[in-house]
Amino acid sequence: MGRETPKEQQQQVSFTVEELVAVNPYNPDILPDLENYVNEQVSSQTYSLDANLCLLRHYQFEPERMSIQIVVRILVKALMALPAPDFNLCLFLIPERVQMEEQIKMLIVLSHYLETARFHQFWDEAAKNRSILEVVPGFEQAIQAYAIHVLSLTYQKVPRPVLAEAINVEGLVLDKFLEFHVANSGWALEAAGPGRGHLVVLPTTEFNHPELKKNVSESVPLEHVARLFPILG
Amino acid sequence: MGSLYPDSCFVYDGRFLLPLKTLKRLPALPSIFTSASARSARISCNDGGGASYGYDDPPYDSRQQAPSQSSDVGYDPNFVPDSVKTFVVHLYRHIRERNVYEIHQMYEGSFQRLSERMFRESPWPSVEAVAPYVDNDHVFCLLYREMWFRHLYARLAPTGRQRVESWDNYCSLFSVVLHGVVNMQLPNQWLWDMVDEFVYQFQSYCQYRAKLKSKTDEELQLLRQYDQAWSVYGVLNYLQALVEKSLITQILEREKEGLEQFTATDGYDYEGGSNVLKVLGYYSMVGLLRVHCLLGDYQTGLKCLAPIDISQQGVYTIVIGSHITTIYHYGFASLMLRRYGDAIKEFNKVLLYILKTKQYHQKSPQYDQILKKNEQMYALQAICLSLCPQTKLVDENVITQLKEKYNDKMLRMQRFDDEAYGLYDELFSYACPKFITPSAPIFDEPLANYNQDAYRLQLKLFLYEIKQQQLLASIRTFLKLYSTISVGKLATYMEVDEATLRTILMTYKHKTHVVDNEGKIVSNADIDFCINEDIIHVVEQKSTKNYGDYFLRQTLKFEEIISELERVKMD
Repeated sequence: MGRETPKEQQQQVSFTVEELVAVNPYNPDILPDLENYVNEQVSSQTYSLDANLCLLRHYQFEPERMSIQIVVRILVKALMALPAPDFNLCLFLIPERVQMEEQIKMLIVLSHYLETARFHQFWDEAAKNRSILEVVPGFEQAIQAYAIHVLSLTYQKVPRPVLAEAINVEGLVLDKFLEFHVANSGWALEAAGPGRGHLVVLPTTEFNHPELKKNVSESVPLEHVARLFPILG
Repeated sequence: MGSLYPDSCFVYDGRFLLPLKTLKRLPALPSIFTSASARSARISCNDGGGASYGYDDPPYDSRQQAPSQSSDVGYDPNFVPDSVKTFVVHLYRHIRERNVYEIHQMYEGSFQRLSERMFRESPWPSVEAVAPYVDNDHVFCLLYREMWFRHLYARLAPTGRQRVESWDNYCSLFSVVLHGVVNMQLPNQWLWDMVDEFVYQFQSYCQYRAKLKSKTDEELQLLRQYDQAWSVYGVLNYLQALVEKSLITQILEREKEGLEQFTATDGYDYEGGSNVLKVLGYYSMVGLLRVHCLLGDYQTGLKCLAPIDISQQGVYTIVIGSHITTIYHYGFASLMLRRYGDAIKEFNKVLLYILKTKQYHQKSPQYDQILKKNEQMYALQAICLSLCPQTKLVDENVITQLKEKYNDKMLRMQRFDDEAYGLYDELFSYACPKFITPSAPIFDEPLANYNQDAYRLQLKLFLYEIKQQQLLASIRTFLKLYSTISVGKLATYMEVDEATLRTILMTYKHKTHVVDNEGKIVSNADIDFCINEDIIHVVEQKSTKNYGDYFLRQTLKFEEIISELERVKMD
């Protein structure tokens, strides 16, 4: 294969793996490549659902080749992809007895908390399982981004304590966090009235201002009207 | 570490996965339906007779047949009644003359009539007995055998050995097609049936293989010996190979730009070529969607279908079986991906279509299947509408049918209590695909039956999702009553504390705002709200009567009637 620098080799591996998944996914020989790719996604903070589903399928076809550690890593990456349903998609491919493993049971509980917006319980449970979660860089930030996403769907103005609990940040760190988003993400801070603390005003979207949503059903698409032209013409 | 594989196409040669290019040149096939270079060698192979088909065993283990087969009724595989002689001779001729219409008539009509009259409880005559009447044509014999096995599966219970032999036949048939040497045209119905049956037999074999408890030693020995038959790798690779070798994705792309004709000709080739590889490639995309659904990989399944634009008519709508299978699996996959809006829309379209056209299919051999899938899709639609109430997306006629079948159940499902779970369980179990365990069986004692494992997992995860959506129904009921309400008050009415209410409200938002296939957020909610500090503002989607659409349809309909009438005058 010639001598390549480690970086080039790494790029070539990911290019090759994505190509493999697109073009030759049902070949049992690519399993080791897919496993390496999972580790690479973890270390370089990238993510590929298709490649991970491909690997989980191969584990399904040949259960004796399954590595629980790799499955755990895939699931953690999938949690980080919320609000996309990737975590559930992965679970569909994992046999029940494997889902009984302690680490995976724990991740399922975490997913449950996140899916039902129980952020307080989530952060509590996550703190107890630092060892598994900390090895995946970017985990905390990804979950915070998801929490903000859900808050942005729900609130025009959210009380500061609610936000704090959702992203598990308080005090000075929270102040800095808010400063950053006010400067970069279109947030604003408001006082909520005597003795009621601050409000965080989130950017206006069609989701937290439902009256802004265009009522598509009222309009008739042009292609349909076009069918009338021969008759009217 | 894997190098870049030079060949994207891996095929099964019966034992190993080999790159398609390295598959040995097929021996010159004694068939008139292959390209000229192969044909020239045909003359020397023509006297092969039965021996050229490579079966080491006698075709039927007459003693090992399942009791339901006709060894007791005196079935003689070598006896060819006159009607069968005529049938194969004519079919062979029509295929040679590329008379697709006649082929279709014989395939759909004569074959069914003869099966009904003479082969209700026995297989058709063996291919060896029939071969002399068709010049021992290799490809015709593969086609005949495919029909032979399909008939067996439909009317009788195939033995383990027959299942393996059928696999072998598909391998041979697809290999011929993949080598690109076939030059005949076959009706779409037949080509669809091939792919459909291939996937069905795979699913059936996985179920068969997973029931180890009641197997005889001999059957277990067969499973061990032919462990590569119907392997999931083989099945997937054949389907993938058909998609790739046919270049169907490129054809469909070029068609969008007007550079190619495919849909316009219903997939047929009017320039003297063959439609077989192209159309098999097309249908294999649906086949891949189906296999992935059976495995529980809904995301990849939808990806495999992506080159087909289901918002329009296409080759997939020509054969009703393929239309229904495509939409059924698309809808089911969308349901599992929580894209309820997509599922509801597509189910609605196809259910309306079936409502209007099923009377024309009453005599067709697929009628029962059509009805079954119809009922299953109503059940899935009931599930989707209970999880994601909509007033706009469903046609009135479909709603009437739905209410007739499931009104009571849907009302109870929207209550989300224990009874509701039972109903979700019932409907899901009725309507879901027959999920499979693709891995090889484990022969250790004690032998177990694990054919239900895959289904149980999918059901469990589905009900888990239902549980997470449990409180959303009560939110909806309350939101319908108010245009504004404070968080505190609503919490009191719902008998939860404020913090819990906030999480429930956020869950509602999360579950009703799903990620579509392009990664964008789409809202499914018919009732929506937003919170301003601690006041909830409710916005309800007004269901507007769609007058524009109604007038459009009526105008077009009247125009049609008027032109019909004008034509009558001219006669």
